[in-house]
Amino acid sequence: MTKLIVLLIGLIIIAFILWWFFGKHDVTSTEAAVTAERQSVDITVSGGYSPEQVVLKQGVPAVLNFTRKDASTCLDRVVFSDFGINQELPKNQLEAIEIDTSKPGEYDWACGMDMFHGKVIIK
Amino acid sequence: MSVTKRFWLSLVLSLPMLANMILMPFGWILPGGNWTQLALTTIIMLASAGPFAQSAWASFKKHHSNMDTLVAIGTMTAYLYSIYAMTTHQPVFFESAAFVTAFVLLGQVFEERMRNNASDAVEKLANLQAKDAEVLRAGQFVKLPLSEVVLNDVIRVKPGGKVPVDGVIVKGSSSVDESMVTGESMPVSKQVDDNVIGATMNGTGTFLLKVNKVGDQTMLSQIVDLVKKAQNSHAPIQKLTDKVSDIFVPVVLILAILTFLTWYIFLDASVARALIFAVSVVVIACPCALGLATPTALMVGTGRGAKMGILIKNGEVLEAVNDVKTVVFDKTGTITVGKPQVTDIVGDEAQVLQIAASLEVSSEHPLAAAILTRAKTAQITAKAVDNFQAIEGKGVSAIIDGKTGFVGNNKLLTDFKFDNVLVQQEIKLQNEAKTVVFVGLDDRIIGMIAVQDVPKATSSEAIANLKARGLKTVMLTGDNQRVAQAVAAQVGIDEVIADVLPGDKAEQVQAFQKNGKVAFVGDGINDAPALTIADVGIAMGSGTDIAIDAGGIVLVKNDLRDVDKALALSRKTFNRIKLNLFWAFIYNVLGIPVAAGVFFAIGFTLSPELAGFAMAFSSLSVVTSSMLLNKAKISSKVRAVEV
Repeated sequence: MTKLIVLLIGLIIIAFILWWFFGKHDVTSTEAAVTAERQSVDITVSGGYSPEQVVLKQGVPAVLNFTRKDASTCLDRVVFSDFGINQELPKNQLEAIEIDTSKPGEYDWACGMDMFHGKVIIK
Repeated sequence: MSVTKRFWLSLVLSLPMLANMILMPFGWILPGGNWTQLALTTIIMLASAGPFAQSAWASFKKHHSNMDTLVAIGTMTAYLYSIYAMTTHQPVFFESAAFVTAFVLLGQVFEERMRNNASDAVEKLANLQAKDAEVLRAGQFVKLPLSEVVLNDVIRVKPGGKVPVDGVIVKGSSSVDESMVTGESMPVSKQVDDNVIGATMNGTGTFLLKVNKVGDQTMLSQIVDLVKKAQNSHAPIQKLTDKVSDIFVPVVLILAILTFLTWYIFLDASVARALIFAVSVVVIACPCALGLATPTALMVGTGRGAKMGILIKNGEVLEAVNDVKTVVFDKTGTITVGKPQVTDIVGDEAQVLQIAASLEVSSEHPLAAAILTRAKTAQITAKAVDNFQAIEGKGVSAIIDGKTGFVGNNKLLTDFKFDNVLVQQEIKLQNEAKTVVFVGLDDRIIGMIAVQDVPKATSSEAIANLKARGLKTVMLTGDNQRVAQAVAAQVGIDEVIADVLPGDKAEQVQAFQKNGKVAFVGDGINDAPALTIADVGIAMGSGTDIAIDAGGIVLVKNDLRDVDKALALSRKTFNRIKLNLFWAFIYNVLGIPVAAGVFFAIGFTLSPELAGFAMAFSSLSVVTSSMLLNKAKISSKVRAVEV
């Protein structure tokens, strides 16, 4: 009887894992706050990126302010492969990264190990 | 707390438990027994392993998972179960949680250090930049920070000093060590009108240069930019790992639950035994090794290329190089020097050159430039001439020292006497596809000057290296068949396609692409389409900016032998990526079943501690393997080239 309950619990956990990680979930997206000549977005790095998707206006100089709150070495660098940016993110320190917004498009960023991803949309 | 501190803490607190484990068979037991173990492990769990749990929870809330998820779940399970076991007086395994934490942190300490090493090629390059320059301002040379230097400033460079920015020498001469930028080991001699590159080292002379590039336009900045982009680019092979890493952790968690269920329910193992297997599965699976396999190798490979003067722009190029079957070359400027040179002088050399130089001194014909250069090196000065006349469609004539001298093409032969000896020589020169200039005095031809766009000294070696690699070599040129054949024969190229219009080069490359991947090597504006269309575009560093933009690989040193080195380096790097991925996959493919107890029947199992060690070791071995690329020999098939 105990074993049957354990089996049931095990299967329920598996089902939960499948739903939680592979099910459809909303991605947090933020539009940049645009002042006259600049736009900027604050991104918190903790177990991934918040927000994970950033929308920027084309042609306005943009800055993404990353702050890493997470101790994981997985997240200690942020890489924008399209822009050749590989920036170290010391813990609890704001790192401003300038983004070239001259060309519209979608540009991915990732952590140093390519495990966590985020996206900049320039339009 | 830093990773290093977390590691030391976990190590020191784990040691008593290690002693307990080893000395237990000899009758020594840790004072305080389980209570001491609980206390030690609790500190480790809070201080050393705490951040794993925080990170795991933060990403869990975002529907993400990572390595920390696995470490946190593995150690927490061992820890919490042990507390439960303590209360029910069953065997505990606190040490598993402690050792796994220590091993994983040890791996991270090393890995962090090595990853920083792998990326420092760019920093070293950027640090080459000089900090200040002696700039001419208001008639005096003053030391100014580099940011205040503007275009067309005149800068003085002293012996042993660093050339601060790119420019042209306007006064003085010297030899300059350009090895840091181009990888060329021999100092290059520089005179007035020669270009110098910022960040190179001046030798013994003093010179003034006029600045023609500043800021991010300088060659060094552009190289740094290119290398940065290359190091962080993605190789197509990575798409596989991207997909795997997305699903990796959840799949491992499910496997671990299945392992537990199988052992506990179907194989009647105790809860403790089943849990140990499940924890081992969670701990051994390492998505980091997969994630690190490609980027670290790319970083080291492209960084090493930059040191050799070979700029590989991205991972895609690197991967394409692997299947290249044919290398197509542009002729002018790539295989050949690109400027006609005097190759032979028939007759009295001094006299022939004197007349030719005197007559051609004001001509703008490309052949005239070749003759004047030769006269200059032979230290023959042009004489003043009178009564300068053009002989319609044939050449020019003038009076020198009271005699009529003339220079022109073979149509002059109808008007002037031509010795039989000279006739033989002329046929020989024609067969070598050289352009012959005839030189005469009074009524007879006294000599000939043969001019040709000669192959670079290194071209035949470069082609031989490629052929030894089993590649087909092809030359494309707009020149006529005879000239092209002659050059091809000199350098040993396989196939010649002559009379190609500039716009048709890309089409020719496409034709070769039907038989496999093609690399195209070129330097001119008209090569840009072919460089783009080829699977691998290799631009010569001396080439036009457009060609350099279009190419996937840039040879800064301008040496055709670097084509072979670039191919060798790309292949090495790509093979290393494949090797890394292979090991990373093998670790998991073999490690997970072993950890799950599949081989229990033959007595082969993995404790959580060993699993933790294996996990740390797998990422370390991948990073080490990438770092070893720096030591790998880049040799051609013909002979070993020391780099």
